Amino acid sequence: MLHLNKLTKQYATGDMALKSVELEIPKGQVVALIGPSGAGKSTLIRCINRLVEPTSGSVILNGKELTKLGSGALRQARRRMGMIFQEYALVERLTVMENVLSGRLGYVGFWRSFLRKYPQSDVDEAFRLLERVGLDHMADKRADELSGGQRQRVGIARALIQDPELLLVDEPTASLDPKTSRQIMRLICELCAERNLAAIINIHDVALAQMFVQRVIGLRFGEVVYDGPPDQLKPDILTEIYGEEDWEATIEAIDEDDEAEQGAVA
Amino acid sequence: MNASMTASRKWRKPPMIKNPLMRWGLISGCLIYLVLAFGSFDVNWARVYEGLDRGWQFILAFSKPDFLSRKSDIIDGMAESAIMTITSTACGILISIPIGLGAARNIAPLPVYLVCRGVIAISRALHEIIVAILLVAIFGFGPFAGFVTLSFATIGFLAKLLAEDIEDTDRSQAEAIKATGASWWQWVTYGIQPQVMPRLIGLSMYRLDINFRESAILGLVGAGGIGATLNTAFDRYEFDTAAAIIIMIIVIVMFLEYLSGVIRARLQ
Repeated sequence: MLHLNKLTKQYATGDMALKSVELEIPKGQVVALIGPSGAGKSTLIRCINRLVEPTSGSVILNGKELTKLGSGALRQARRRMGMIFQEYALVERLTVMENVLSGRLGYVGFWRSFLRKYPQSDVDEAFRLLERVGLDHMADKRADELSGGQRQRVGIARALIQDPELLLVDEPTASLDPKTSRQIMRLICELCAERNLAAIINIHDVALAQMFVQRVIGLRFGEVVYDGPPDQLKPDILTEIYGEEDWEATIEAIDEDDEAEQGAVA
Repeated sequence: MNASMTASRKWRKPPMIKNPLMRWGLISGCLIYLVLAFGSFDVNWARVYEGLDRGWQFILAFSKPDFLSRKSDIIDGMAESAIMTITSTACGILISIPIGLGAARNIAPLPVYLVCRGVIAISRALHEIIVAILLVAIFGFGPFAGFVTLSFATIGFLAKLLAEDIEDTDRSQAEAIKATGASWWQWVTYGIQPQVMPRLIGLSMYRLDINFRESAILGLVGAGGIGATLNTAFDRYEFDTAAAIIIMIIVIVMFLEYLSGVIRARLQ
């Protein structure tokens, strides 16, 4: 469904953030993108919806080459790609409802959005989504009154109301505590399963990624150095992605966590 | 433990200007200029002694301000000033918003940015009094020249500060709106406007109060308003009427200051 072909990004400073990345993501697959800071994870997902303009190569979503679109067509294409951010990136002075409805901006005209006269179907969908993420009673609260976990739930609702085919998720849990992090990751993965959505999730926490996703991609210096199932991430591979470190503790911790999770479920 | 570790090392804060010649040159240069500059004032103390008496008369007038004998002139002047202040502030805000958007480097393309910054620079370079003298020459005496002057001055003030506030906005909020497929205007009204609105309202209130104060001055060069009334009072040596006008200006400015403070506090 999503195909990246020799995707390359060189910043004006000369840094090669992405070096000819090849990637194929089928419909409904949730992928974790791991790698050290500066490996190009953030650049990669921003090149897909062209918040960052790739230098060369192409991004193909459902047969449409996004890298060739003009600005109007690009805006239309962006509607089908929901984005979730590290620091939530909600418009802080707007209400929860306005933030969720802003996900419809690509579908409604300027005056409708300016006067907040969204179609009833959009408002219904917004309430449904807020209920799904457990925040329907918060609709008229201002976004800056919410806790981190609640804000990220609003961010998720905003991305989903776009009716996307693909979610681009940039460090969704980096600003959250460990428990909330798991809840948010679980919510994102459940919603992807419910709607058969593909997702690329940038994540620092390898253990958390292994817990939830079907496929992990390791990026180092702008190149894909690992692409496979989460349980194949062995110390030598983590060393290749991140550099030399004692990885046993990380991997053991995952096993314990998994048992604890399963124990809690049972 | 060896000797080099036990010996205490000296530390001093590094000087702001590294080169000692440059440093002491600048300090002594400034001092010499200041001494010479103060020395250049030529004060005639006998004249000051006489002037003290006139000054005292003026101050005494504040103890018995005369609001009544020129009542209708004062009312007309105040009404004119109020009209000038409110119309010029409203007009100035309306023009400042597009220019402020254009003068923000993070949202405007370079040519638009340069034009808008140019407009702001011209507006700021010319003081209200100079603009008013020019416009009085064009439009003749009266409040219309004052209205145009203050509108023009408002642009330089408001558009510049609005543009700077836009440049300081949180980029991630705007980026998130862009990612939804929003158009440019939707991006501005959702990603930028909510972030700058409180500051824009606060600055507009502040400008209202500046424009009222300026309207009192512009009358002195013939641009109408309460300043014209004040000027006439001085010309007739009616210090008690002048005192009444000045007291009213002070009270109104303080009230506007208080009002804008309350409004800004509520917006946060």
